[in-house]
Amino acid sequence: MGQLTTRERELAAAILVALAVVGIAMAAAGRADPLGVHGAIVLLYSMVLLFLIMSTSFGPAPDPSRVSRYYDDPIKVGVAFTLFWAIFGMFFGVWAAAQLAWPSLNFDTAWASFGRIRPAHTTGVIFGFGGNALISTSFHVVQRTSRARLPDQLSPWFVLFGYNLFCILAVTGYFIGVTQSKEYAEAEWYADLWLVIVWVTYFVLYIRTLARRREPHIYVANWYYMAFILVVAILHIINNLTIPVSLGHAKSYTIWAGVQDSMVQWWYGHNAVAFFLTAGFLAMLYYYLPKRAERPIFSYRLSILSFWGITFFYMWAGSHHLHYTALPHWVQNLGMTFSVMLLVPSWASAGNALLTLNGAWHKVRDDATLRFIMMAAFFYGLSTFEGSFLAVRPVNSLSHYTDWTVGHVHAGALGWVALITYGSLYTLVPAIWKRERMYSAALVEVHFWLAFAGTVIYVFAMWNSGIIQGLMWRTYTEEGTLSYSFVDSLLAMYPYYIARAFGGLLFLIGAVVATYNIWMTVRGVPVAGGERHDDIPLAGPLPEGAATRPAE
Amino acid sequence: MDLTHETLVEAAKTWGLFYLIGFSLCVLVYTFWPANRERFDRAKRNILDEDDQPWT
Repeated sequence: MGQLTTRERELAAAILVALAVVGIAMAAAGRADPLGVHGAIVLLYSMVLLFLIMSTSFGPAPDPSRVSRYYDDPIKVGVAFTLFWAIFGMFFGVWAAAQLAWPSLNFDTAWASFGRIRPAHTTGVIFGFGGNALISTSFHVVQRTSRARLPDQLSPWFVLFGYNLFCILAVTGYFIGVTQSKEYAEAEWYADLWLVIVWVTYFVLYIRTLARRREPHIYVANWYYMAFILVVAILHIINNLTIPVSLGHAKSYTIWAGVQDSMVQWWYGHNAVAFFLTAGFLAMLYYYLPKRAERPIFSYRLSILSFWGITFFYMWAGSHHLHYTALPHWVQNLGMTFSVMLLVPSWASAGNALLTLNGAWHKVRDDATLRFIMMAAFFYGLSTFEGSFLAVRPVNSLSHYTDWTVGHVHAGALGWVALITYGSLYTLVPAIWKRERMYSAALVEVHFWLAFAGTVIYVFAMWNSGIIQGLMWRTYTEEGTLSYSFVDSLLAMYPYYIARAFGGLLFLIGAVVATYNIWMTVRGVPVAGGERHDDIPLAGPLPEGAATRPAE
Repeated sequence: MDLTHETLVEAAKTWGLFYLIGFSLCVLVYTFWPANRERFDRAKRNILDEDDQPWT
């Protein structure tokens, strides 16, 4: 934050004081309600940030030459948040998985019951880990591809810290029983309102950076990031239209009724997968893959076609989550058809990525970072194929409500989202901290194999258990009664649940290794001027470290 | 006008489908428009440029 000007500091302090007042008001209005607890958290969070701003206020004025460099400080903090949430979210994932095998692991407490730690896991990995990775990489990519610095120094911090406040409110809420009971939209109305403010700021910041661009063409990665930001805003607002019980109450009720609520929820839920977990990560793929492989993307035209294909088709696919429900049949058909059509743009992107590497397979063999990206593209192709397949109604009659769905989600979340994120981080971290390379290439290699083995074990365990579950639930005796009780199917799951928890554990260990490696890279010595030629400003070398470090 | 369920279903089932096809055709034309070839080629090569500083 050392590069903030006095005016930006004043503005930041004003925002934080206002936020602290909101916290006090929430605490006062909420009292014993969970809203009161969240008021205290908001107050504490804003006071800590206010202290940080104040305590660094009396240093020397920021270096005026900073405007001729990219603004990377928020990205560095964003990377730290990403790594923290990865470990937090994956730890809760392993714990939740272990509870399914050994239920007593909830220790008879309310806060650690499966129903509460499971959303802590999903929010931790999707919004905490994924969201922070998206925000950090988007700030990096938009500046580089636009050849322009972020327009101001305050709004990136507002977006980053504001977004993490949302994540904290969401996760702490689950432990004390606050939830809207909507998949991926569990956070209650006040956290949702806060996210709207943060997200609109993010959108405006992104547009302003693009408006300042020196490169006339907007690179395709930015289109994906824009789609991600814009569509998530729309989805979030519409699915979270609720009326709180009172302003002093955490609980709210949705304005949507009955099957409309289900449809809105799964329109949201599936597009959260599409635009949060796919579009933004495809942006990473289209930037970090060519960068790392040092080869241009195989076909730029194909990337444009897949972009528009994804934006057109995904919007309609949500209803495939509601096959065989009260939802009108034609709406189910619509979702099913578009889900199958989605295979075209999805495989176009996956194929485009793999064809980019064609002719550079020796790099994939030698460079574990590039292998992360390659394997991510492979899993992207795999899980989008599986997704289209599962959306077909008769297939869904076997797979729905079983672990197959869970396996599918994790083929996407571990194999695609997490692998592309780590591939991008291993490319991003040396670049913004001006290091020659990662601290240890061997640890990247170790992480790759832990992550890959973990994903494969996880996905195979869930494929097995899911299909067995589905078959056991639909097997009839000659008399026409069900052959197996639910408990029978549960007992059959036991070995697979242990395998799944083990796969997840491997993935978690990989995340810890990555965090250590990145920490050691950051602690290492920056390269002396001249060695990393892409980091040298055009107008002659700067003093060592000046290109990254704020002028304290 | 009365906005009923039937009206919406009617709209979704008729032009609701065709405007997407229309969009797709526009995208196809844009992607393969010969004059855009040079711009796209430049875009895919430019990100590999090793200069890490904003342009002024």
